[in-house]
Amino acid sequence: MGNCPEHIVEYMHDYLDGDISREHEQELKKHLQRCSDCQQHMHELSDTIAFVKSATHVAAPLHFEASVMAKLPKQKHRMGVQKWLRQHPLLIAAAVFCLLMSATLFSSFKDDQQFSVTKQPNLVVDGQTVIVPKGEVVKGDIVVRNGDIVVEGEVDGNITVINGKYMASTAMVTGQIEEINEAFDWLWYKIKKVTNDVFAMNGKAEQEN
Amino acid sequence: MDALLNKRIRQVLKGDQSAFADIVSLYQGRLYQVCYRMLGNKQEAEDITQEAFVRAYTNLHTFDQNRKFSTWIYRIATNLCIDRIRKKKPDYYLDAEVAGTEGLNMYSQIAASEPLPVQQVEEMELQERIQYEISRLSDKYRTIIVLKYIEELSLQEISEIVDMPVGTVKTRLHRGREALRKQLKNL
Repeated sequence: MGNCPEHIVEYMHDYLDGDISREHEQELKKHLQRCSDCQQHMHELSDTIAFVKSATHVAAPLHFEASVMAKLPKQKHRMGVQKWLRQHPLLIAAAVFCLLMSATLFSSFKDDQQFSVTKQPNLVVDGQTVIVPKGEVVKGDIVVRNGDIVVEGEVDGNITVINGKYMASTAMVTGQIEEINEAFDWLWYKIKKVTNDVFAMNGKAEQEN
Repeated sequence: MDALLNKRIRQVLKGDQSAFADIVSLYQGRLYQVCYRMLGNKQEAEDITQEAFVRAYTNLHTFDQNRKFSTWIYRIATNLCIDRIRKKKPDYYLDAEVAGTEGLNMYSQIAASEPLPVQQVEEMELQERIQYEISRLSDKYRTIIVLKYIEELSLQEISEIVDMPVGTVKTRLHRGREALRKQLKNL
């Protein structure tokens, strides 16, 4: 075999890989017919492959699947929450929005501890009590914060009392009377006010058009 | 099968750990077989195959679903096997004198323990002998020979598993075959 061209062994391997050109295959076959050493080499290689291929199939041990499953890292609950958060960005945005909004509303509720009343020409203020005197007619809405209102005359509008009491004997009130004492009531009032304002604005806009 | 596999992968990624059981049952046979042939030891093969599945589970998010899952998981397993083989090799100097012995170095020890005496090899059963000859191959040839002739994968698939060009895989396959041929001839 010492005199044989080196590429013959190359061709043997190409042949075994099933990756040999026709010309090379012809050349290899011709050479093997003449050269018993190379024929021997080729046989040994084929035998080697047959030898490895005769290895019997080994199956995975019993209960292999169960033991793998037992070894998997435990699922972390925190991961689940994070995943949920990532999957529902809109919900999170809405929740954050609500939180911030309610925070500002509640904080302004707390800050508003001062007594105040809507300015109307014929109202009498006595300490923290607003009085609509007998025989007087107040035209327009009255809002009282952190104080009480006593209506003895007439009011041509709505009365709103925040953190206070509405007292009346024979009052004439043409509009709505509201007492707001709890934070939630107050929140509700704010929301209603905003919607009313919006509608009022729309109304105005429509009138202008 | 691929549709089912992809469905299971998506389920696992969504957090359904139990869906991974089907993936294990689909691939356990092939993976264990490769590990057993690479390592030549049942206990080690079981450990490494399990480890391969655990790694596949924890790194599943890095798997590109447009590629073949078998290629990906074969790669995990063969890399773990090669790591294990290399760790088993002694990392001390061969010519260092062995403690407590005079004039005895590692060469003399390895010479005595490495290739088994011809007579003993000849007495081996065929299956034992096959495993013995495979385990004598260096790890780079062993991987290719096992994937090619035990798993019967194409050169293209093997090249993707070992992350090397097809040309390199071919060269290693040729050399691996020659190495095996010589091992068998010497007996």
